[in-house]
Amino acid sequence: MSPVLTQIAWIGRRSILRTLRQPAAIVPAIVFPLFFLVFMAGGLSSVASIPGFPAPTYLSFALAGAFVQGSMFAGMNGGADLALDIQTGFINRISLTPIRGVTLVLGQMFGALGVAFLQGTSYLVYGAISGVEFQTGLPGALAILLAGFVVATAFGTLGALVAARTGSAEAVQAMFPLFFVFMTFSSFFLPRPMISTRWFRTIADYNPVSYFIEAIRGLIISGWSARELTLGLGLASAVSAAGLAGASKALKTRLARS
Amino acid sequence: MRFRRFLSVTKTVTARNIHNYLSSPALLIPSIAFPLVFFLTFLGGMGRIADVPGLVIPGGYKSFQFTFILFQASGFSGIFSGFAMAQDFERGFIRRLMLAAPQRGGIVAGYVIGAVFRAVIPGTVLFSVGLVAGVRVEGSALEVVLLLCLAVSFTLIAALWSCGIAMRLRTIQAAPLMMVPFFLSLFLTPVFLPLAFLTGWLQTAAENNPITRILGGARGLIAGRPNGTGAAFLVAALMAALLTIWSWRSLRRAERAGG
Repeated sequence: MSPVLTQIAWIGRRSILRTLRQPAAIVPAIVFPLFFLVFMAGGLSSVASIPGFPAPTYLSFALAGAFVQGSMFAGMNGGADLALDIQTGFINRISLTPIRGVTLVLGQMFGALGVAFLQGTSYLVYGAISGVEFQTGLPGALAILLAGFVVATAFGTLGALVAARTGSAEAVQAMFPLFFVFMTFSSFFLPRPMISTRWFRTIADYNPVSYFIEAIRGLIISGWSARELTLGLGLASAVSAAGLAGASKALKTRLARS
Repeated sequence: MRFRRFLSVTKTVTARNIHNYLSSPALLIPSIAFPLVFFLTFLGGMGRIADVPGLVIPGGYKSFQFTFILFQASGFSGIFSGFAMAQDFERGFIRRLMLAAPQRGGIVAGYVIGAVFRAVIPGTVLFSVGLVAGVRVEGSALEVVLLLCLAVSFTLIAALWSCGIAMRLRTIQAAPLMMVPFFLSLFLTPVFLPLAFLTGWLQTAAENNPITRILGGARGLIAGRPNGTGAAFLVAALMAALLTIWSWRSLRRAERAGG
C-alpha cells in the first residue's frame, strides 16, 4: 500500500474507533431523522392522495429525506471531530509527521461514513418493515447506501472546511441552522413540481440538497434514473471536492503555523 | 412584606434575563430566525398540502400552519429560559442569588416572566411577517387577544417545565431533557393536517395529547370560529398549575442541594 493510503487508513481507523466510542454522537444522528420521518409519514400520509403525487405512500417519498438529513448530522459530527483535534493539539503533533492536510481530512471522513452506514441500514430496514417497496430492489438498496456515503462526504468536507478555518467545534455545530435551512428549502417535503410558491420553487431549484434527495428518492420510488443520479451524486461530489480542497488548504496553513 | 420581597426579586431577575437576551445576538437572532425559517418553509414548500382531497380548514391552511409556528416559537422561548437558568447554575450565579434573595420563589418567577418577554419579540416579528405573507386573521380583536393569551400560557408552561429540570439537575447538559419531551409533545399534535387526517398511532397520540386541545383552541380563534376555547384555557391552566407545583418542588430540591 502506498504511504498516502496507509496514512488515510490509520487516520480513518482512529476516526471510526473514536466515533464508535461516542454513542451520544451516533444515537441522535440516527434517531432524530428517523423520528422526523415517522412524524412526517404519520402526519402527512393524506398528501399521497393529492393528484400527481409521485409515490404510493408519503413514507416512501419522505424516506430519502431521512438519508440526507442523517448524512448531514454524520458529516457535521465528522467536522466537529476535526475541530476537536485542532483544539486538543492533536493536529499540532501531527504536523511533526509527513501527513498532509488532504490525507487528514479524508481520514477524518471515515467516522462520518461509519455513522452514515449505520443510519442508512437503519432507515432501509425501517422502510422495508413499514411496507416501502423499493423500486430498484436490492441493488438499489446498496446504491442508496453508497449515495448516502457520497452525500455524507459532501456535508463532512464542508464541516471540515469550517473546522479547519475556525479550529472550533462550536463553530461547526453552529453550521447546523444553515444546513437545516438548506435541507428545508428543498424538495424535502414535496416534489419540486408540486411546490406552488414560485420563490420557494426557485430556491429549491438552485439548492443542491434538492438533487441529493432526488437522487436517493428516485431509487426508492421510481427506478434507476441516470439523470437524477448524475445530478445528485455529481453535485455531491463537486461539493465534496470543493470542501476537501478548501479544508486541506486551511489545514495546510494551520499546520505551517503550528 | 413577603410579597414585596418576592416582587423585588422577580423584578431584578426578570430585568437581568431581558438584558441578557437583548444584549446577546447569539440568543436574539436564532430566536427570531428559527420560527421565520419554519414559517417560510411551511408557507412556501408545503402550500399544496391544502389540496389534500376533503381538506377544509376554516381560515385557510396558512393560518393553520401559522398557529403551530407561533406556538412552537412561544414554547421554545420558555425552553430557552430553562437553558439560561441551567447556565446560571453552572456559573454559580444562582448560588449567590439564593444567598441574597429573601424570597427565592421570585427567582423562578423572574426566569418565567423573562421567558414571556423572550417570546414577545419573535412573536411580534412572526405575526408581522405572517400578515404580510397573507395569513388570514379572521378572529375579532377579542379572539386575537385570547389567541395571544394562549400563546403566552404556552410559554409559561414550557418555561416552568424547563426551569424545573434546570433546578433539579443544575447543568446545561440537561438541555436535551428540557427540549426533547417538549419537542415530542409538540409534534404529537396535528402539526401539518387536522386531527381527522392523521393516521394510526399518531392520531391516537394526538387525540390524547393535551397540547392538541390548546392548539385546536388557538386555531379556532385565529379563524374566527372559536371551537374548544374554554377547553384550551382549562387545559393550559391545569398544565400551568401542575408545572408550578413541579417547579416549586424543584426549587426546594435546588435549595437542599445548596444551589
